[in-house]
Amino acid sequence: MKVTFPHMGHLWLVLKTALEGIGLEVVVPPPCTRRTLELGVRQAPESACLPLKVNLGNYLEAKELGADTIVMAGGVGPCRIGYYSQVQREILRDLGSEYEMIVFEPPDVHFSEVWEKIKYLNRRPWQDGVHGVILAWLKACAVDALEQEVQRLRPREDHPGRADAIFRRAVQRLDAADSRRTINRTVKEIKAELAAIPRRKKVPLLRIGIVGEIYTVLEPLVNLDIERRLGALGVEVVRSLFLSRWINDNLFKGLLPLPGHHPEKTAPPYLNHFVGGHGWESVGDTVAFARQGCDGVIQLAPLTCMPEIVAHSVMPSVQQATGIPVMTLYLDEQTGEAGLQTRLEAFVDMLRRQKGIRAG
Amino acid sequence: MKVKHWRLGVPRALFYYYYAPWWETFLENLGAEVVVSPPTSKEILDLGVGLAVAEACLPVKVYYGHAAWLAPRVEALFVPRLVSVEQKSFICPKLMGLPDMLRAAIKDCPPVIDPTVDLARRPEEGLRAAIRATARALGAGNREALKAAALAGTRYREWLAWQREGRLIWGSNIPSDCHVEQGATVAGNPCDCLLGQGLGPIANTGAPLTIGIVGHSYLLYDRYLGMDIPGKVARLGGRVVLPENIDPTLGEAACRQLPKRLYWTLGRKIMGTALHLMEKEEIAGLIHLTAFGCGPDSLVGDLAERYAHRLGKPFLLLTLDEHTGEAGVATRLEAFMDMLIRRRSA
Repeated sequence: MKVTFPHMGHLWLVLKTALEGIGLEVVVPPPCTRRTLELGVRQAPESACLPLKVNLGNYLEAKELGADTIVMAGGVGPCRIGYYSQVQREILRDLGSEYEMIVFEPPDVHFSEVWEKIKYLNRRPWQDGVHGVILAWLKACAVDALEQEVQRLRPREDHPGRADAIFRRAVQRLDAADSRRTINRTVKEIKAELAAIPRRKKVPLLRIGIVGEIYTVLEPLVNLDIERRLGALGVEVVRSLFLSRWINDNLFKGLLPLPGHHPEKTAPPYLNHFVGGHGWESVGDTVAFARQGCDGVIQLAPLTCMPEIVAHSVMPSVQQATGIPVMTLYLDEQTGEAGLQTRLEAFVDMLRRQKGIRAG
Repeated sequence: MKVKHWRLGVPRALFYYYYAPWWETFLENLGAEVVVSPPTSKEILDLGVGLAVAEACLPVKVYYGHAAWLAPRVEALFVPRLVSVEQKSFICPKLMGLPDMLRAAIKDCPPVIDPTVDLARRPEEGLRAAIRATARALGAGNREALKAAALAGTRYREWLAWQREGRLIWGSNIPSDCHVEQGATVAGNPCDCLLGQGLGPIANTGAPLTIGIVGHSYLLYDRYLGMDIPGKVARLGGRVVLPENIDPTLGEAACRQLPKRLYWTLGRKIMGTALHLMEKEEIAGLIHLTAFGCGPDSLVGDLAERYAHRLGKPFLLLTLDEHTGEAGVATRLEAFMDMLIRRRSA
């Protein structure tokens, strides 16, 4: 059995460690590229959301490397992700590219369904598996901690690009790490390297919060590396969606003391009910960012994403009440770099002028 | 207690086409004056397109239009927050946010009465809670509410039975050539028969082609928005079968062949009808009517099309948006019917 999974930002690092921990042979799909997207777009339903298309591209590329089993997450609605696996299975079947699919989702009848799937996959003594899962979790936390440093550094560094180069190296080192000690040492060393990067002398910075649907927020291929673009424009990016927090909220049910989302406290009265996906969180986080004094918020979503359309629809009342400017960007296979860049520049210019007016 | 008699606006869009009899009977029995917006027109569509975000789906935009039309004419809008209307199922996320979306979009929005309808876990309790919340918002007591709900339930079941016979669609405009069945008129509400006829034996090859048309009721029965596709097919000589003409248990049973339960109530209805009909010899072809930007349909429709392909059943996907021209739709329907006729004689 050669196992593969869909890409989402640095998720591969975490899943690879966990799955290898239980003794499986893992095929990491090639990094997402235009080709991945095109392969997926060609086969997927036209108005399906973007993650489904890219995932499909990942599976087709992993197949070329010999993968025969897919491990992925599902759900029971109302967002479309819960039905991805079914649609993808039928598409792959019609293409003659059959895969075994193991979908982890909230159990329909009993928790034993999830347990059965884990037991089916497991190849090693349990202690090894647990060790792998803990290692995977530590890697998720490490990547997220370093990424946050990079977000802070990008607008401040003297020569743009250095922080990103160091971060790319860090990811490779974390991938190879096989013990808690190595992970901790890597984080420490990389942090020191980042701290040593020469900074610009005092620049007026803008702070922009990123909210939206998790896939478009975390996957640089589909958001055209928006955080790096903003960094180059002198913007410090903040977001509250991180892989480790998502794992904590969804898999560990918020057991670990990490800052989580609390849309039930922040989203009303603008949005008074959960709407699936990350729609509620998008509204709640926008309010939170406004309170934290961010200069603006960018909402990212795949085109036709239902929960984010709801969030987008109520943003006018959030903007009116809190005064924070919000720009919504829908991403799909048609999104062009130049268009995105222009919109970002315009938004940043607008925020800078507003800030200048407020400061003066 | 002094009960206020509300002038209550009910938009004629989205779930109006599923629950109108229930809502109208219930609200009127609680002493409200129910004002339903007129059938969709260009004016209403334009109103909605202007207010909604561009990425919203067409039916939601039309809903905005109806609500905006009602806003200056009523004291409150009735926009229930539909989360789930049956166990372990959902309605589309947009319906969960609809009241909040309208408040954010419509200037001088009147108060919105938005009881949450969530029957996903405990259906009976969920329904009771929604009934109580509505009654409370209207200033009525619990006893009155339960009485009104009972009346509404009776009326609703009656209506469902009529629908299955293809007799009646609540509150849509009456076409001139439509014969209204006796007993189909409910006090104060215009109604008409529709073209769905259910399945039956077909005598000879001269009989019309039987076409299954699946899609959301708010597309099939809104003559402006849905371009009266069932009517067009009938005028081209087709015999139309609609989801409402089929015993729901048959659709549910057909849906069980899917490896995973479909968790969208309407998606399951569409898929079930399509799967049931595509296995019927007498169905010449299937038409799936959908709106641009409909999330669940983008997956459900694709699955239905794949299954139909494997069975060799002709399948036409018609996607509507605010730019769809009537001539284009008519041409595609004609081509589809021509193809079916050639197929039969071959």
